[in-house]
Amino acid sequence: MAKVKSLAELKAMREKLQSNLDLREKSNNPDSLVQVKVAMATCGIAAGAKQVMEHMMEKADELKLAIVFTQTGCMGYCHAEPTIEVKVPGKDPIVFGHVDNKRADEILTKYVMNNELVEGVIPVNYEKI
Amino acid sequence: MHVLVCGGTGCQASASADIIKNFETILAEKGLQNEVQVIRTGCFGFCEKGPIVKIMPDNTFYTQVKPEDVEKIINEHIIKGRKVTDLLYMDPENKEHVSDSKHMGFYRKQLRIALRNCGFINPEDIDEYISRGGYEAIAKVLGEMTPQQVIDEITKSGLRGRGGAGFPTGVKWGLCAKNKADQKYVICNADEGDPGAFMDRSIMEGDPNSIIEAMAICGYAIGATKGLVYIRAEYPLAIHRLQVAIAQARDYGLLGNDILGSGFDFDIELRYGAGAFVCGEETALIHSMEGKRGEPTLKPPFPAVSGYMEKPSNVNNVETFANIPIIITKGADWFASIGSEKSKGTKVFALAGQINNVGLIEVPMGTTLRDIIYEIGGGIKGGRKFKAVQTGGPSGGCLTEKHLDTAIDYDSLMAAGSMMGSGGMVVMDDTSCMVAIAKFYLEFTCEESCGKCSPCRIGNKRMLEILNKITEGNGTMDDLQELRNLAAVIKDTALCGLGQTSPNPVLSTLDNFWDEYVEHVVDKKCRAGVCKKLMNYEIDRDKCIGCGKCAKNCPAEAISKTEYIAEGHKLPSMFIDTTKCIKCGACMSGCKFDAISIK
Repeated sequence: MAKVKSLAELKAMREKLQSNLDLREKSNNPDSLVQVKVAMATCGIAAGAKQVMEHMMEKADELKLAIVFTQTGCMGYCHAEPTIEVKVPGKDPIVFGHVDNKRADEILTKYVMNNELVEGVIPVNYEKI
Repeated sequence: MHVLVCGGTGCQASASADIIKNFETILAEKGLQNEVQVIRTGCFGFCEKGPIVKIMPDNTFYTQVKPEDVEKIINEHIIKGRKVTDLLYMDPENKEHVSDSKHMGFYRKQLRIALRNCGFINPEDIDEYISRGGYEAIAKVLGEMTPQQVIDEITKSGLRGRGGAGFPTGVKWGLCAKNKADQKYVICNADEGDPGAFMDRSIMEGDPNSIIEAMAICGYAIGATKGLVYIRAEYPLAIHRLQVAIAQARDYGLLGNDILGSGFDFDIELRYGAGAFVCGEETALIHSMEGKRGEPTLKPPFPAVSGYMEKPSNVNNVETFANIPIIITKGADWFASIGSEKSKGTKVFALAGQINNVGLIEVPMGTTLRDIIYEIGGGIKGGRKFKAVQTGGPSGGCLTEKHLDTAIDYDSLMAAGSMMGSGGMVVMDDTSCMVAIAKFYLEFTCEESCGKCSPCRIGNKRMLEILNKITEGNGTMDDLQELRNLAAVIKDTALCGLGQTSPNPVLSTLDNFWDEYVEHVVDKKCRAGVCKKLMNYEIDRDKCIGCGKCAKNCPAEAISKTEYIAEGHKLPSMFIDTTKCIKCGACMSGCKFDAISIK
């Protein structure tokens, strides 16, 4: 891998990477993909996040949905593990809690495919810098 | 269109179920059930103004909605597209209605600085960290700042050690920087040991690169080229993610020789601990890393003078490091503008216990306990009464109702007889016995005491024996005095921070819950029904129908028939022999007639 040699290089790299992440986060591009982030800290995994993620990936394949799955760290909602964040292009991300296989299926078939919300929405209650 | 109705416990208590029902009925009447979907959500963290209804996609945020307001919202907002002004949140300062929840950031009590990337980026991909501005702080430091300027910036920010004691971080760095040596070390204390605390683990698992970057900045500031992370082997995922992040940083040349072409070298290694509580104490931690027994030594000499391998070393906690890069990029003044007068920035807490929204939270210093428990935490489980909150783990104490409106920071917690600690926060309701809680923490300390100094090894053991005596109903008033005497001696004479603070849970409960201790000693009663030796199960012979289920359930054969047949019943009532009873409660949980109670 190429080494980063200077601040200028790092900044250029950031800009490039940021636009990539923007595609993922803000999805200004309506054709971009649905993003699913699964909270996978130790606690999330212990609560079954890994199995749910695997199940959801299989289900998405089955439904022929193009979804990018990413693991991430703790979202802080211990009371509602496993938690996932779903970002449909052009919409604000939504966090769902208590996601088991059944709810994961519902999220795909109802929310992702038909824009119907399902139970378990967790409102974001913090500000981030 | 979506209607989101808060289904948090607080809002449910204030009729959110009826609100949902009304929405569904009225929408169906108007034939809108296919256009508008009503959904129950988790807690919005704004319980004081509940029930909350949010309309999407325009993010309109209605507060204190009553079931009868639903029709108005449907007619005005959903059908005509006009917001219902009097249900909007009113900004208490400028008395203006705020309609859009995106402009209501001020209601959100949480501010995530140390957790800024947790749950947001993929921790195993350094590119995502860089895209969020990662490694710009080290670039700025290496390109534009002298080591002394870095130290001054951190000092000016007012950042204090997040491990618990709250020593100013910049001052600590300055002490280490001025000592000349051929080798110095930056050490990250990731030996998180408080029961129920997991802030550091979450940061390492969610944002490992921030720790790496901060350690490199610290290395530059104090003149060290080696970093060591002391982490417990019981955190395998955190270890894995740190390893991945270190390898990626090396690949990018952000660790190693000549970082960013500046000539500065820095690299990091991991050191594994076996999970002993005392190894979170910095001198014990250093000994453990050297391969010696994890025992503390007297300070001075401080690690800044003679630390790892007798070289000057700077030890900081994980959360402290997580704050460093952002202080460099956003500036000390920005950081110092957050928090209370003497404690700047935010603090991460692991909120646990009898509370609805158990979770990892980050709030500005100076937030009140009431906001944390009732707004962010969503209140006490099952609507029970708040009794106490334990902060600071085995070194801290219990705060009570009278402290609910205290703005919490290092100094106010200390003044209230507790301490910040690493950030465990256990909320208790009236089913908790405070004597038993004090005993729990003391048992922990006794188990974890390294045994090097006698005040901690023997003194705590004696205190625990007295607490056992009290919870078994054999305590005397002299014992309570003896507890205080022992606590005072241990505080004064123990070798390290662990020993000196170990009596805190007992002292703070003695101060705040004296009545409960006296009840245990004089009345031989435990009002919470926790201390088994102090309670007896009893069968109400008039309620008992004599079915005998309790006798079958009893593992101690303590229940037998009496001669007494209650009026209207056919079989003789049952009776518990308290001398045989082991107080397991199996009889009571099996009785369908509520005939058994605790006396």
